[in-house]
Amino acid sequence: MEFERREAPFVTPPTDVASIMQQVLLALVPAVLAYVWYFGVGILFNIGIAVIFCVLGEAFMMRVRGRPVDVALSDYTALVTAVLLAFCLPPLTPWWVTATGALFAIVVAKHLYGGLGFNIFNPAMAGYVAVMAAFPMYLNIWTAPRMGDLDYYYMGFYETARYVITGSLPDYLSFDAVSRATPLDLVKAGLNNMRTFGEIQANPMMGDFGGRGWEWIGNFTAIGGGWLLLQKIIRWHIPVGVLAGLLVPSGILYFLEPGLHASPGFHLFSGGAILCAFFIATDPVSAATSTRGRLVYGFGIGLLIYAIRRWGSYADGVAFAVLLMNLAVPAIDKLTRPRIVGHPKRRRGTPA
Amino acid sequence: MTAPTYDLGKLHGGLRLPAEKDRSTSTAIRSMPLPEQLILPLAQHVGEPAHPIIGIGERVLKGQLIAETDGIISAPIHASSSGKVVAIEPWPVSRRRGDKAPCIIIECDGEDRAIDPGDQLPAYQDLPPEDLQQRILQGGIVGLGGAVFPTAQKLMQAVTAPLDHLLLNGVECEPYISCDDMLMREYALDILKGGQVLMHALGIDSCYLVVESDKPEALNSIGIALAELDDSRLVLKQVPTIYPSGGEDQLVQLVTNREVPSGGLPSDVGCIVQNVGTAAAAHRWINMGEPLISRVTTVTGDGVADPCNVLARLGTPLAEVVRVAGGYTERAATMVIGGPMCGKSVSNDQVPLVKATNCVLVMSELPSAGREMPCIRCGECAEVCPVQLLPQQLFWYACADDEEKLRSFGLTDCIECGCCDLVCPSHIPLTADFRKAKGRMRELADEKARAERARQRFEARNERVRRERLERDRELAAQKQAALDAGPEAIKEMLERAQASGKPADEDD
Repeated sequence: MEFERREAPFVTPPTDVASIMQQVLLALVPAVLAYVWYFGVGILFNIGIAVIFCVLGEAFMMRVRGRPVDVALSDYTALVTAVLLAFCLPPLTPWWVTATGALFAIVVAKHLYGGLGFNIFNPAMAGYVAVMAAFPMYLNIWTAPRMGDLDYYYMGFYETARYVITGSLPDYLSFDAVSRATPLDLVKAGLNNMRTFGEIQANPMMGDFGGRGWEWIGNFTAIGGGWLLLQKIIRWHIPVGVLAGLLVPSGILYFLEPGLHASPGFHLFSGGAILCAFFIATDPVSAATSTRGRLVYGFGIGLLIYAIRRWGSYADGVAFAVLLMNLAVPAIDKLTRPRIVGHPKRRRGTPA
Repeated sequence: MTAPTYDLGKLHGGLRLPAEKDRSTSTAIRSMPLPEQLILPLAQHVGEPAHPIIGIGERVLKGQLIAETDGIISAPIHASSSGKVVAIEPWPVSRRRGDKAPCIIIECDGEDRAIDPGDQLPAYQDLPPEDLQQRILQGGIVGLGGAVFPTAQKLMQAVTAPLDHLLLNGVECEPYISCDDMLMREYALDILKGGQVLMHALGIDSCYLVVESDKPEALNSIGIALAELDDSRLVLKQVPTIYPSGGEDQLVQLVTNREVPSGGLPSDVGCIVQNVGTAAAAHRWINMGEPLISRVTTVTGDGVADPCNVLARLGTPLAEVVRVAGGYTERAATMVIGGPMCGKSVSNDQVPLVKATNCVLVMSELPSAGREMPCIRCGECAEVCPVQLLPQQLFWYACADDEEKLRSFGLTDCIECGCCDLVCPSHIPLTADFRKAKGRMRELADEKARAERARQRFEARNERVRRERLERDRELAAQKQAALDAGPEAIKEMLERAQASGKPADEDD
């Protein structure tokens, strides 16, 4: 009898890139639902627009580069980039802002660096920073969280759609009626105005730890992140690194001078910290690869988020922190190479 | 009897694979009828192929030496049954590359007459270790775990270093394979006695029998055999079931917590590893006078009807072996020698069973692995690598053919276990790529050696040409001087003579 010859191993790998990305998307569902509940349907428009432009950008670039388009589209990576970008944008974002970020993420940050697996920067964060540079005025308008006792106008589907398409509110609405400063802005401004953290927390926007609503989005994001950990889609090193990098300095400073610094709980549950720890920093392509390297990489991101929030001019620092650590990845990888079994321990200062 | 102990060293990474062994362990080891023809490759071991010492047409007896060692690392081959040598010719065999290799082909007479053993076998205890090693060499014993390194040479090499432990490897970590498990269940005493023989050949007093915790029957029968032998030098060690803990260096690390240095051997850390099947074969040869002419092999997979273990003569065509396991099912599509992780596929079933054949795995059509995607640097490969390599970096450098980086990132330390392949979400055939890169590195080294030889030859030639030219110049000068000394008349005469023959006298090239 004749047989076909093949190379070992003769076992089919149980995972593939597409299923990993699908599970990441699935893990984001609780966070999206919480987001819709607290901040309205805006994020759904963001996601839709980002998805459309990311997919178009991906297809276009693959075609231009002469690669198979269907392969790239079926790996779901462009969708993950789109959803993460949408998460970072305010619930009210005009479509061209989202589209710019999506195209920059895919075309420039991903494909001009060689496509999947070769991009040194996290595409979603690169797209966000591009938008931040191009349209800073659109990134400050956050709707207020839907809490019973807050006096504000909750925008419906059509009003949100109208804003997304035209970039303006209907005549009967003003930005003051629909939007509120984010907790991070409140704390930054408050601390800069010499108010204590305790005083700032008395603001009705502030909850037990972070801002009201934000805390719950954080919880739901963490549920998805925990599920990814259980599914072994991500490993614990980067999330723990990020959270430690954020909580250690904020904890120490809060412990020393509780009035002058926001609490670690506030930092954890504000802005994109949890999303970053579980979903953004864990993008494998642009992260460090060894386990020790990933701890260092995550910790660096956490530290930078804290530093930017505390001393920088931006309210949140996730995007810059991630991009800066992306730059450090080659060095981290080089310095944290594990010792090969059977090799002597490398001395410090000897060439790798 | 010593209680089983869990031990202690830790292996990096590894995988818990579905064992798939129950398929073939439900029935006892089956013996099989003699085949009509035995095909015995001359190269059934690592090293130089054996050198045939019988002629075509000659009759041979079971156990008769038919090919002797040739070179420093080699092993002899014995006839597995009685019959007539009909050919010594290339025949399909299992190899990574290429299909055929020279084989001695014996037509069996069906009588299975054994050769007369001659004198009484000496008790191994009375032999000095060196003589015992020589005797083991004559039995054609090689490592039966699949690596087929000649056992005697391994022993001789190992005793050059101070040794502490002999490890008998009963860790059969690859899925599907169960021949060592069954051997331990049914021939535990043979294995332990083989351990005693090997200890004597090594001059040491410590032998660990290492078995995985998922083999309760084997553990049990070894326990009984240990009690029967009552030899305190033999110790049973139980280890957790993790692939690839049965690799030689991995086993040493797991049991003794010592790391075999890169490029070194277990004897560098005072250990020597032998497969349990090898120990049993050593016992049968040294104590019973039967050279290595048969082995237990697992015939399994969803491509055979009735998976089982078979005690088969070396040289039996695999088609016959499969017949013992109920023949093929309709789904049979791939035949692999060895396990699914490290085995080699063969293109047809006329390939003979050889000393290395621990498993014949017949599988149905494998689901396509899917398209190979770019590496997403997820790092799972590095998590599971038992040698703590960074396969994703190695892959990168293998693509770039960067030999220096490949070396510094430890390509030569790769044991080709296939763990990285299995966890790669991008379905990159990492192990195959590394195998190729290693091949290229060897080629490059060969090429360098060739280039060096060519350079030396070239320089030698230049030197020779220079020397010849100098000599000729000297000769010409001498002739000229002679002519000048002879005077102008003589020169004129010489020129005329030269012109007459149509050749200038003072130019020669």
